[in-house]
Amino acid sequence: MNSSILIITMTLVLAFYLGIRAKKGREMKLDQWAVGGRNFGSLIMFVLMAGEMFSTFVFLGASGAAYRMGGPTIYIFCALTYIVPFWILPPIWRYAKKHNVLTQSDFFTKKYNSKPLGLLVAVIGVLSMIPYIVLQLKGFQIIVSEASYGLIPPTVAVWIGMLCVTVFVYVSGIHGSAWTAVLKDILILVVIVFLGIYLPIHYFGGIQPMFETLEATKPGFLLLPDKGFSISWYISLCLTIALGQYMWPHCFGASLSSQNESALRKNSAILPLYQIILVFILFIGFTAVLQIPNLQGGDTDLALFKIAKDAFPPWIVGVVGAAGMLAALVPCSMLILTAATILSKNIYKAVKPDTSNEQLAKLTRIFVPIVSLVSLIFTFYGGNTMIALLTMAYSFVLQLFPPLVFSLLKRNPVSKAGASAGMILGVVLVAYFTLAEATMATLLPKAPHFIQDLDIGIVAITINLIVMLAVSAFTRKDQQMIQEEEPVKRIITS
Amino acid sequence: MKKIIVLLSVIPAIGSLSVINRVEPYIFGLPFIIFWSTAWLILTSICLYISSVICDRQEENK
Repeated sequence: MNSSILIITMTLVLAFYLGIRAKKGREMKLDQWAVGGRNFGSLIMFVLMAGEMFSTFVFLGASGAAYRMGGPTIYIFCALTYIVPFWILPPIWRYAKKHNVLTQSDFFTKKYNSKPLGLLVAVIGVLSMIPYIVLQLKGFQIIVSEASYGLIPPTVAVWIGMLCVTVFVYVSGIHGSAWTAVLKDILILVVIVFLGIYLPIHYFGGIQPMFETLEATKPGFLLLPDKGFSISWYISLCLTIALGQYMWPHCFGASLSSQNESALRKNSAILPLYQIILVFILFIGFTAVLQIPNLQGGDTDLALFKIAKDAFPPWIVGVVGAAGMLAALVPCSMLILTAATILSKNIYKAVKPDTSNEQLAKLTRIFVPIVSLVSLIFTFYGGNTMIALLTMAYSFVLQLFPPLVFSLLKRNPVSKAGASAGMILGVVLVAYFTLAEATMATLLPKAPHFIQDLDIGIVAITINLIVMLAVSAFTRKDQQMIQEEEPVKRIITS
Repeated sequence: MKKIIVLLSVIPAIGSLSVINRVEPYIFGLPFIIFWSTAWLILTSICLYISSVICDRQEENK
């Protein structure tokens, strides 16, 4: 038996064991299952949050992006992404605890005192999460197939992987995700830092010589160009990611499992340090550009595996594959858990309000295998459109940011009509731009480059904001003081 | 104190969004553009950590 297959299999078994064991001694009521009884301390929060962000993207996408784009890839570790949650998560958590909020949709329903608004947020959330899961599964197929040297058929692998995830999510809920995330984080940290340091030394004698060779071979590859991946592209994309990151329902939901506000703040403070892993990924991608220069199109995402196979024996490739496999499965588990909770609590219950809490808890778990199965179907039959859909999904969730932030203010100037109008318009704009394959450049051919290079998410969120405030200005009188029962709150306790 | 916390968020926000678009000089083996954004990861972490300690103290005093 091939040593890499053995390592991948053993890792999967270990992850499955940890995921199931996580339940030990706990009675799985819905809030225990979905947000861990709001009792996760700093360390486990950190692992869980990092667990969601370091998905297959880190393994395949980031090294592939470095391979294709060069220097502009620095957008993936913009520190702004963690300054935003430092400010918004503590007040969200405080409100969620007080009002027993389990999901993002609950939060909007309560804050705006509007069930339809909560339903809208739930639908946007689920629509965005499915392509995200599918992309993880597609990545998973590639990783297992590469790491097993083509010996494990990708379809079989993805079925087995999904079965494990579905079972441990069903049994242990968020505890399962947290425990497998620990294993995953250790493996990823070791694998990426090792590859990032070893590969440049192995091929070029060091990191600086690698960069110097790159600069000599491809002058300007390490810099942001004047147009295209320009500075305005960089800033607008960083803003899209920073504002949108915690609007993902699963990231939002995970933050609710924190024990206190302090753990969330500390978590935001440590996560940027953890991002340094991504710098090492760049080293891997850049080494691959020089060493294996002929990858084209989608194959660029294989840069990491191609270079690892070139440099190492099968067992190390197996360890890399095992880390990559968990990088796909752990975020998947969080996504499935969140999607199932939203589907039952915020969509099913909105349609059938007389559902009891016991029924709801049962139903949520029934949705787990359903979400898994739907994702598998899209993985097999969805083609590559899923990748376009994921880009769209990122800009979708971003549209939830303005109404959320305004709802944290002492006096929220936004009405539910304004919030809905803004979000719907934002989502429609993003969908139109994606499906029509339009960009700011095709829309405004005569505009200066710094406008043409803007990320579409930022354009949509700006229009969303304007419409939201305008509609709110007209509908404000109709609205009763939503926050009457909500005493004055400050964004930061002081 | 709140002003300090705001400042500790605004400075790294500006820092991490700015790009110094040049390869030379190399620092710790990194081209300057990559060194710059990596440095802001570390600085952001320090700024946010100080802020969170300040926030914790304030909560205790209440």
